[in-house]
Amino acid sequence: MAQPRADAPSKIILAGSDLHRVVDRIAHQILEKTSGATGTVLLGIPTRGVPLAHRLAARIHAFEGVDVPVGSLDITLYRDDLRLQATRALGRTELPAGGIDGLRVILVDDVLFSGRSVRAALDALKDLGRPSSVQLAVLVDRGHRQLPIRADYVGKNIPTALSESVKVALTEIDGADEVKLIGGLT
Amino acid sequence: MIKHLRSAADLDAATATLILDTAAEMAALSGREVKKLPALRGRTVVNLFYEDSTRTRISFEAAAKRLSADVINFSAKGSSVSKGESLKDTALTLQAMGADAVVIRHSASGAPHRLANWVDGSVVNAGDGTHEHPTQALLDAYTMRSRLGRLDGLKVAIVGDVLHSRVARSNVLLLTTLGADVTLVGPPTLIPLDVAAALSKSTKVSYDLDSVLPDSDVVMMLRVQTERMQDSYFPSAREYSRRYGLDMPRMRKLPEHAVVMHPGPMNRGMEIAPEVADSPRSTIVEQVANGVSVRMAVLYLLLGGK
Repeated sequence: MAQPRADAPSKIILAGSDLHRVVDRIAHQILEKTSGATGTVLLGIPTRGVPLAHRLAARIHAFEGVDVPVGSLDITLYRDDLRLQATRALGRTELPAGGIDGLRVILVDDVLFSGRSVRAALDALKDLGRPSSVQLAVLVDRGHRQLPIRADYVGKNIPTALSESVKVALTEIDGADEVKLIGGLT
Repeated sequence: MIKHLRSAADLDAATATLILDTAAEMAALSGREVKKLPALRGRTVVNLFYEDSTRTRISFEAAAKRLSADVINFSAKGSSVSKGESLKDTALTLQAMGADAVVIRHSASGAPHRLANWVDGSVVNAGDGTHEHPTQALLDAYTMRSRLGRLDGLKVAIVGDVLHSRVARSNVLLLTTLGADVTLVGPPTLIPLDVAAALSKSTKVSYDLDSVLPDSDVVMMLRVQTERMQDSYFPSAREYSRRYGLDMPRMRKLPEHAVVMHPGPMNRGMEIAPEVADSPRSTIVEQVANGVSVRMAVLYLLLGGK
C-alpha cells in the first residue's frame, strides 16, 4: 500500500487523556461483555498491541480488581506477505503461564485495517492451543477491510482514504500517546 | 540480509546479533505442542552431505521441517556421486529441481563458495574441509550468550587441534566480530602462528592450558580427530591428554561461572574427561538443542523474505 510522504500534512485525532479515556472505555466494555473478565486472556500483537494489552489489564484491575493474564503473540511468520517483503525481524510470543486452552482470548492491536494481521494472528493462535473463543480489541478501526473480519471492541472509528495512513504512538514505545492521521487530499 | 552463509566472515556484528535474537524466538517453539511454523511453506531445502554427519544433518533437517520447508536429503553414499558425478553436475541437477537453499557439507575447503556460483538458491556451509563451519560457531555463540548473558568482553579459550578445525576457525571469526576475547590453546604443531594471525589480529595463542584456565569464561574443547594421531602432530594420545585434556583437577581451575563446551562428537577420556562432559558446567547437550534454533533462524533469515 502506498505510504504518504514524510512531509505530508497530518492531523492529530487522539492525544493524551483522550486516548486514556478510550482505553478506559474498552476496558469497561470488556468487563461488560465478558461478565467480569473471568477466564479471559489478553494477547497483544507486537509492537503496539502489547503495551495496549497491558494497559487494558491494568484498567480492568483498577475497575474491578480482576487480574487478567497478558501475553504477546507475534504474527511475523504467519503473515501472507512474508515473501513479498524483505526479511522481517521477529517479535516476541509469550503466553501467560496458564496458556490459552479453554479460555477466552482477546487479541489486542493498535490499528485494524485490511484484517490480514488478524487473520495471521488467528493462524498463529491455532498452533498455540485451543481457546474457547477469540475476540478482537483495537484502538482504531480505519476501515478498508480485505477479509471478513470485524472487531468486538473499537476505541475509535476513523474514516480514512486509502492514500492516508494512521499512526499510533504510545508512551511505552514512542514517548507520547497520540493517534495521527497522515496524508490524503486536504 | 545476506544471501549465502558460506563463512562466519560473511556476518557483521549486526547481522550475527540478528541471527542470535531470531534464534532466541525460535527456541520458544521447542516448548510448544505444535512444533511447526509456516514461514518456509513451499520452499525446498536440500541437504547435500558429502561427508558423514549425524548431528549437523539432523539438526538442519529438523530446522527446515519446523519451518515447514520441504527437505531433500542427499548423501554421497548411494547416489550418483559414487558413480563419479562431479559437484558441478550435482549442483546443476539440484538447480533444475528448484532448490531454494542448499546446505552443503564437503571434505574440500571452499566447496560452498564454488557451489554458490552454480545455483540460484542460498548456500549454507555445513562444514567444508578444514575451512569453516559457521552455523556451529553461531550455535556456540548463542549458547555462551544464553549461559553467561553476553559475548562482548567474554574470555574464550579454544583448545586443541586448531590447525584442522573448521569449528575453531569459524568461532574465532564470529566471536571476535561480536567482541569476545579469544585465546587459542594447543600444542605448537597444531596452532601455526600464521594461521592464528590470519584469522584475527586480536587472537592470542598459548601452549599452556593450565595458565589460561583461571582467566577464562568459556573453554571450548575441540575433538582430536583420530586420523591425526597417526600424523605425528603430538607424541602420543596419552601425552596429548595429559597436557591438553580437560579433566576434573583442571576444571576446578576455572572461575565459578565458567562453562565447558564441545562441538561433538567427543572422545571421552581423550580431550575431555567423562566427569567433565557430564558436569553441570558442560553445555554439550544444550549446544545440540540450540543448534536447531540457530539453524531455523539462519534458514528463515536467508529464505523468509523477498
